[in-house]
Amino acid sequence: MTSTFKLSASALETLFAALSTGGWRILGPTETDGRVEVREVKNPSQVASQYLQSTLSAKEVAFPKVERLLSYKMTPGQVELQDHDPELQPTVLFGARPCEAAGFGVLDKVFNWDSRDKLFSARLRQLTVIGLSCTQADDACFCTSVGGGPGSTRGSDLLLTPLPKGGYLAEVLTAKGEALQALVPAVFEPAEGVDKEALLAKVEPVFDRAELTAKLPGLFASELWAEQSLRCLGCGACAFVCPTCACFDIQEEADTKQGQRLRLWDSCGLRQFTLHASGHNPRNVQAERWRQRVYHKFSYFPQRFGEAMCVGCGKCTRACPVDMNLKEHLTQASGA
Amino acid sequence: MDVLRNKARDLLAQGQVQVVIGYEAGTSGARRPSFARSEADAARLMWDADCVGNLAGYLTRPEIKKMGKAAIVANAATLRALLQLTAEHQLAEGAVLALVVTEEGAVLELSNAQAVTEQVATLPSSLSAADREKLERLMALSREERRAFWEQELQRCVKCYACRSSCPMCYCGSCTMDCNRPQWVPVASHELGNLEYHTVRAMHLAGRCVQCGECGRACPVGIPIHLLTCYAEESVRRQFGQPAGTSATLNYALGNFRPDDQESFIR
Repeated sequence: MTSTFKLSASALETLFAALSTGGWRILGPTETDGRVEVREVKNPSQVASQYLQSTLSAKEVAFPKVERLLSYKMTPGQVELQDHDPELQPTVLFGARPCEAAGFGVLDKVFNWDSRDKLFSARLRQLTVIGLSCTQADDACFCTSVGGGPGSTRGSDLLLTPLPKGGYLAEVLTAKGEALQALVPAVFEPAEGVDKEALLAKVEPVFDRAELTAKLPGLFASELWAEQSLRCLGCGACAFVCPTCACFDIQEEADTKQGQRLRLWDSCGLRQFTLHASGHNPRNVQAERWRQRVYHKFSYFPQRFGEAMCVGCGKCTRACPVDMNLKEHLTQASGA
Repeated sequence: MDVLRNKARDLLAQGQVQVVIGYEAGTSGARRPSFARSEADAARLMWDADCVGNLAGYLTRPEIKKMGKAAIVANAATLRALLQLTAEHQLAEGAVLALVVTEEGAVLELSNAQAVTEQVATLPSSLSAADREKLERLMALSREERRAFWEQELQRCVKCYACRSSCPMCYCGSCTMDCNRPQWVPVASHELGNLEYHTVRAMHLAGRCVQCGECGRACPVGIPIHLLTCYAEESVRRQFGQPAGTSATLNYALGNFRPDDQESFIR
């Protein structure tokens, strides 16, 4: 259903104004002290002008780092249980990179593959994604090795590609995208003869994902994982900035009268992730935890869903205190 | 750099050490930890002004200990951490060979605590001028303003524990943060959980932080969290006269009980 248009440089102001008037919340990458963070914005001037990516991924829009699932109160002979229904506002996520936009589809597979996750689905339902194609990339990027690309439309409702002389090429991709267009139809001008590919960053594929997936079962006992993970500190930075890492912890915060149940981000890189109550830990060393991270994303998930649990954004590499470069490690595994 | 590589190669070839912990080239020109165990590995070692990370944290890790005797390419912060770890009985005296590349490009071999202590005494403070300025700017604020600053910063925290994992002095095999019977500190990265975590960590590092700034560099969301532990170290130094990372023997101020303590609350 793709229809392609042009937006002038000032069209975004018109769009943002219409969204605000219509009661929408707009989230976008902002920059303070060199930190690019997704925050609420009112107009396009608040959006970071030059940024490769935000540090944290946009996943927290649908899967927050801390989410209350339910709460309860206890009185003698009675328990009062309260389901958590977050107050949700129609939200536009502006400026999501194509890799991040694709991340929502991966998360959706995890949260809704058998029973439907109420909170995640509710947040996703009210979310419209305005993607922004990449015109630059760095050494950590490898979207094209995992089925994406700097101008990939996957996950976006509307995808903007910056034009060299200002303004954007705009692809309306879904019904949600059409709804945006319907808000300000006049700013969507006809576009002809624009070579989108020429506008995009060049990200050369470095490994074949399907071949890697086929290869991994045979590499399970390889020394490679211990070697790669020697410098790994065992923190959760990679998982917490990742747009597709979906593992969570359930914690109860309670006293004798009341409490709440929380869902929190968790990471297979952390020692406690698999620690049993007995004290036994089936993934006792960092090499096993690192292998699990690679295998979940490139072996187990693809076997079940036919695609990688990775969008090649490279956030984990940039966030890692000791430069555990995922692209490099996967390329190494592919050639092993 | 060749002097360092040759030294590492010789140490490995002669079996004096089984691993040389140093730096190698990483993504986009970054420097990252490297573990040279063969002559070929030694050729990857790097040394330049970008080798700022504190590598001492690896010395207490089981995977590294298993390799045998280690040499470590040490910048000023790493040397201080070596002393502090020795003082806290985490490293045996002489267990690690420190390799220091001098400004002239020579490689010094510091094989015992005394040699490291003497080297550290010649070095300026670890805290960079930029961090010193940030710390002073914070100290000039009122209590309320400072609290507001940290609340604003800590709301970014996602509790990935990169600060703890990267800290050479956070070597506890089991951290109070991970204790769930009872749960002393909330696990969630909400306001209270973050405030308690970082306060506890700063207090535990009071007087022990070697001011390497590793936690601040490690933080993926850019919280200058090292300023808390650096300040706590300086506070103990001022009040108890104990600078961290300058000696391999220490009566740690906050881990010491004396019946004649000047404070009545502790007697």
